[in-house]
Amino acid sequence: MAQPLIPLSELPPGRRGAVRELKLQGISRRRMLDLGLIADTCVEVLLKSPAGDPTAYRIRGAVIALRSEEASKILVESLA
Amino acid sequence: MGLTRQSTGAGLSQGKGALDKTVPGDLIVALAGNPNTGKTTLFNSLTGLNQHTGNWPGKTVTGARGRYRYRGCGFTLVDLPGTYSLLANSPEEEVARDFICFGHPDAVVVVADATCLERNLNLALQVLEITGRVVLCVNLMDEAERKRISIDLPRLSECLGVPVVGTNARDSHGLEALKEAVLMVASGRSPFRPLVPRYSAPVERAVSLLEPSIRETLKGRINSRWVALRLLDQGPPFLEQMRRQLELEPPDLAALTARLEQSPLLAGSQQQSIWMDEIASSLVGAAEAIGRSVVSLEHREYQHFDRKLDRLLTSRLFGIPLMIALLGIVFWITIAGANYPSEALAAGFFWAEERLGAALLAAGAPAWLHGILVLGVFRTLGWVVSVMLPPMAIFFPMFTLLEDLGYLPRVAFNLDNFFKKACAHGKQALTMCMGFGCNAAGVISCRIIDSPRERLIAVLTNNFVPCNGRFPILISLALIFMVGGAGPLQTPAAAAAVLGAVVSGVLMTLAVSRCLSKTILKGLPSSFTLELPPYRKPLVGQILIRSLLDRTLFVLGRAVLVAAPAGAVIWLAANIDLGGASLLDRGAGILQPFAYLLGLDGYILMAFLLGLPANEIVIPIAIMSYMATGAMTEPATLEELRLLLVEHGWTWLTALCTMLFTLNHFPCATTLLTIYKETRSLKWTLTAFLVPTATGIVLCFTVAQAVRLLGLI
Repeated sequence: MAQPLIPLSELPPGRRGAVRELKLQGISRRRMLDLGLIADTCVEVLLKSPAGDPTAYRIRGAVIALRSEEASKILVESLA
Repeated sequence: MGLTRQSTGAGLSQGKGALDKTVPGDLIVALAGNPNTGKTTLFNSLTGLNQHTGNWPGKTVTGARGRYRYRGCGFTLVDLPGTYSLLANSPEEEVARDFICFGHPDAVVVVADATCLERNLNLALQVLEITGRVVLCVNLMDEAERKRISIDLPRLSECLGVPVVGTNARDSHGLEALKEAVLMVASGRSPFRPLVPRYSAPVERAVSLLEPSIRETLKGRINSRWVALRLLDQGPPFLEQMRRQLELEPPDLAALTARLEQSPLLAGSQQQSIWMDEIASSLVGAAEAIGRSVVSLEHREYQHFDRKLDRLLTSRLFGIPLMIALLGIVFWITIAGANYPSEALAAGFFWAEERLGAALLAAGAPAWLHGILVLGVFRTLGWVVSVMLPPMAIFFPMFTLLEDLGYLPRVAFNLDNFFKKACAHGKQALTMCMGFGCNAAGVISCRIIDSPRERLIAVLTNNFVPCNGRFPILISLALIFMVGGAGPLQTPAAAAAVLGAVVSGVLMTLAVSRCLSKTILKGLPSSFTLELPPYRKPLVGQILIRSLLDRTLFVLGRAVLVAAPAGAVIWLAANIDLGGASLLDRGAGILQPFAYLLGLDGYILMAFLLGLPANEIVIPIAIMSYMATGAMTEPATLEELRLLLVEHGWTWLTALCTMLFTLNHFPCATTLLTIYKETRSLKWTLTAFLVPTATGIVLCFTVAQAVRLLGLI
């Protein structure tokens, strides 16, 4: 079970991860919570934009694009 | 995208202040919901107004309102900005929260997207925390059905303790049931017992410590449990923020703050962050649990088609080329399609002008009055309308179509990286695209950017992309001086000119955005989240009506407003004699030395100044001054124009500098007026005037001096 945590930004498209920790503070943190990114939330990496950033994620049924700045501060456990 | 309320006229008011106004005797109903849930379409279906809707987040910034009647009762419906929550601090969320708390709505309709119910429930729970007078409207039921998602509405209603109605706002399905539920809740006859979200034991304990003193201080003006929760997760700044609405006296404020700080258990920034997490997580968790119990998916991969389309439209290889191609087609149709109607309109105005002039003179009006009113005001008006209306009437519906399909957020997604490097927001790509149609519309569309710093950058730089009104100058000058007039190369050359202008406009936008954010608008880019909503079938009829009413006529209205007085000024400048030369000649003479440094001449610079109301009239004014006709004139052919310009000393350098100055100079008066209305600040309006003007002066000066020094001319 004890898999290492990786930043969401490093999860390749097609993979899914479970949110374990948010390293964001203040308003950014609140924004992520509002999107439903709380502990154990499953996030699927859908696709990267042509320049490689931002990346679109499926979060609770909605498709949300995040920049690497934010995504790198969301630590996830990669799911099979 | 942005041109919403102001344009739709009767019965609508806007602005925060407008939220306080009500029709006496009406029940007040607030419409809340996540962005992109069809909230505005629902608003329109209920009230019959055509408020602008778009298939992407963040349009309603101020609350639009409309009325409807049901069973003899009057209802005032207030469309709140679309938000994901009422907790975070964006202007939209503040407007929505304040109205639900202090606007005393008799009912709040929470509009939820049936295809994404769980996330929408989060907001519903937050509203329920403030008031129990809620109706949940599960919209887009047809989309859900198509995606084989089924929702147990009775069970949902049981879970939340409020009436739940399934609707399809697009075809008005379910609206009667919704009105019935609203009437029931608003008149206080609801048999339901609304759910009050509960939290973990520590949170509940903290709330119970705070709540009694809050209740005592606020005397029932607002739900004290909700205030207690907000004090926990936002701390004293929350009280400060709400002081005015809560009618808190300074001693009350101090007492409440003291109560909060008394206990180390409750206050402190670290503790506050823990409360925030706990409270937000509980709500998300509750929404998830309810969602699980009422939603069933027959088909896990229900977004299959959308994802396939996304993979194509945002792919590394095709994403950007496809986008450029689409935009190119839109321009081509606009420019090609506008030609004929423009000519027809101009002919019509010319005909009317002659009749009007004859009638005026026959009535015994003096020549100067005829000059000001007919040759000045009327001709300028006619000119502006006939060159502006057709391209806008073609461009805006096409743009709205792309918007309704859901393509525009993908453009922002594709281009965000460039804007990130310029320390700006990806959605600026969209405001920029809109600016190609009309910079005033582009400026209004900046409302979609939710952080103030990035929004201001987008507003200040919008003018760097050439609008429809500037393309004709660029095309004709490019044709005359770069390819030597009409010929077999005409069409590709015109296309190349437009493309060049577009590319340089985009590059300038990015460069200036970066400069602004490194200087007067310093700051790190704020957190970026962009929703890519599902692709939707557009409603073509609505698109036509909306884009014509909301955008075209609105922009045209403002243009007419500034063109009319300008017409009088232009005529006067050309006809007031000052010691043997007209005011215009004198002005041009004064400007000449400066203009020469920029590679222009005094008359061109004068034409840019007098052409402030609309870029479309710059060339006509220049021709008027060269020919000394005293009223704006159009050359019959390109060749005539070339002869006239060359006769007055134009070279390819003059043309090049004029084109550069066309791309980089002050926004037209309509745009400036719009910037003022959007920013409410003279300082920023002035900045928006100066930044592109200074850029243009520096560019033209450099090019002109370099060419002359190198002896290229």
